[in-house]
Amino acid sequence: MSAQQRMGFFTDTSVCIGCKACEVACKEWNEVPEDGLEFTGQSYDNTGELGASTWRHVAFVEQGTADDMDFRWLMSSDVCKHCTSAACLEVCPTGALFRTEFGTVVVQPDVCNGCGYCVAACPFGVIDRREEDGRAWKCTLCYDRLKDGLEPACAKACPTDSIQFGELEDLRVRAQGRVEELQADGVAEARLYGDDPSDGVGGFGAFFLLLDDPEVYGLPPDPVSTTRDLPDLWKHTALAAGALVAGVAAALVGRSR
Amino acid sequence: MSVEVRTYHGRQVLKTPVWTPEVPWYFFVGGMAGAAAPLALGAGMSGRPALARRGWLLALAGVGISPVLLISDLGRPERFHNMLRVFKVTSPMSVGSWALAGFGTATAIAVGGELLGLPGGAAAKPVAAALGPVVSTYTAALIADTAVPVWHEARTELPFLFAATSAASAGAALTLVTPAEEAGPARRLAFAGAAAALALLETMERRLGPLGEPYREGDAGRFGKAAKALIGAGAVGLGTLGRKSRAVAAASAAAVLAGAALERWSVFRAGFQSAEDPKYVVGPQRERVAARGA
Repeated sequence: MSAQQRMGFFTDTSVCIGCKACEVACKEWNEVPEDGLEFTGQSYDNTGELGASTWRHVAFVEQGTADDMDFRWLMSSDVCKHCTSAACLEVCPTGALFRTEFGTVVVQPDVCNGCGYCVAACPFGVIDRREEDGRAWKCTLCYDRLKDGLEPACAKACPTDSIQFGELEDLRVRAQGRVEELQADGVAEARLYGDDPSDGVGGFGAFFLLLDDPEVYGLPPDPVSTTRDLPDLWKHTALAAGALVAGVAAALVGRSR
Repeated sequence: MSVEVRTYHGRQVLKTPVWTPEVPWYFFVGGMAGAAAPLALGAGMSGRPALARRGWLLALAGVGISPVLLISDLGRPERFHNMLRVFKVTSPMSVGSWALAGFGTATAIAVGGELLGLPGGAAAKPVAAALGPVVSTYTAALIADTAVPVWHEARTELPFLFAATSAASAGAALTLVTPAEEAGPARRLAFAGAAAALALLETMERRLGPLGEPYREGDAGRFGKAAKALIGAGAVGLGTLGRKSRAVAAASAAAVLAGAALERWSVFRAGFQSAEDPKYVVGPQRERVAARGA
């Protein structure tokens, strides 16, 4: 058996039509519970953001006005980024979050004790604790399907191939070609987001082609894995503990009264 | 922070932390216990048995309450033992869980030796005194090692701030309960911790600049203001009349204790406020991108 390649998603938002088939397929395959049947009033978005029970989220952005010839829709299916340097995984104190043989990041629900550390550590606001259940949940990149040689449910269901699944190396090449094609066609604002292994999280396992700044889609423009600063932070913590001991020792000098 | 950032329907980028009010109370109680242990050890070694005994009891009380607070914060409390399933230096919560477990065990044995003459006390005391300061400060590493802007960006000062407030609260609590003949070291520790905390808050806010705004607004701002006033008044009392008057010392110590607790609450709430407002998340990142482009 050849070495397993790192698998991921390339989400080309330029061909997303906002059908939400990915949201539905994800929910059905992964048996993700209902996440609120609410009217947000924010365009066609009714799930709002990724969360414990929303593992694919289609964002809808309306730019311009109806009588404005510049009006355009931006639609984008967001998902866990399966970071190369995944803060959620690194801070998890129980080892519930782990890196699979496919290079993806998955929570083991039988280990998670709901400490919530991953929730505060994720620079994308992806993972969350399911209140009625107490544990942290997020996209598994359909770990069970991958083990059976199938593609994830969302990619399978996507009717326009906006969500493409494959070996990450191949996807990066394909994405580069796509962005060059779009720019040659005059879509100057087309750009890749998360394809660069030298970014703050070491590159995303699930990256995107966007048509505007990331924050317009609710994505952070320059995400950094918090654990990059941990060596420095531990150093300061050790110094602070030492200072505390020194302070106590100093307080003991002198009279007792 | 006046920068305008583009957002997705004004929604937050980060998730609001799911940590409950038990967490800042743990920062306070666990931090106090951690600072009490080395003071108790030193008091015993320097011939202050009354202070030593109270110090160990305070450490034991704090370390007894701490796991209760931490476990009740979990989404699955019955699985608390999974905290000790692995040891990960990349997770301050993992390191802290082990430190707290070790500190609790050593403190219990130390108190057994101190009060009941049980064996092992002499060996356990230095262990507890060494692990205590770790318990007092790792909580700062824990919250700074997140994506939450005002916690992560304050990572240089937070460990020292937590060390200072821990020292202040342990000193203040022991000033309250120790007979005047031996309360001097506790009073001096409370004073030094309080003064250091005030200086560190000043440094932190100055260095954070506009990003420090959440520390000054909303609940965090209110708690922070009250904390500074109480810690400041307490420090003045302890440093002046408190050296002569038992009543002034007690009142000042009580103010420092309350201030130290409120300061933990201020830091905790500021983190929530900064996570919930996309301008504190997107703004600094945009500036980084712009700086790289320039």
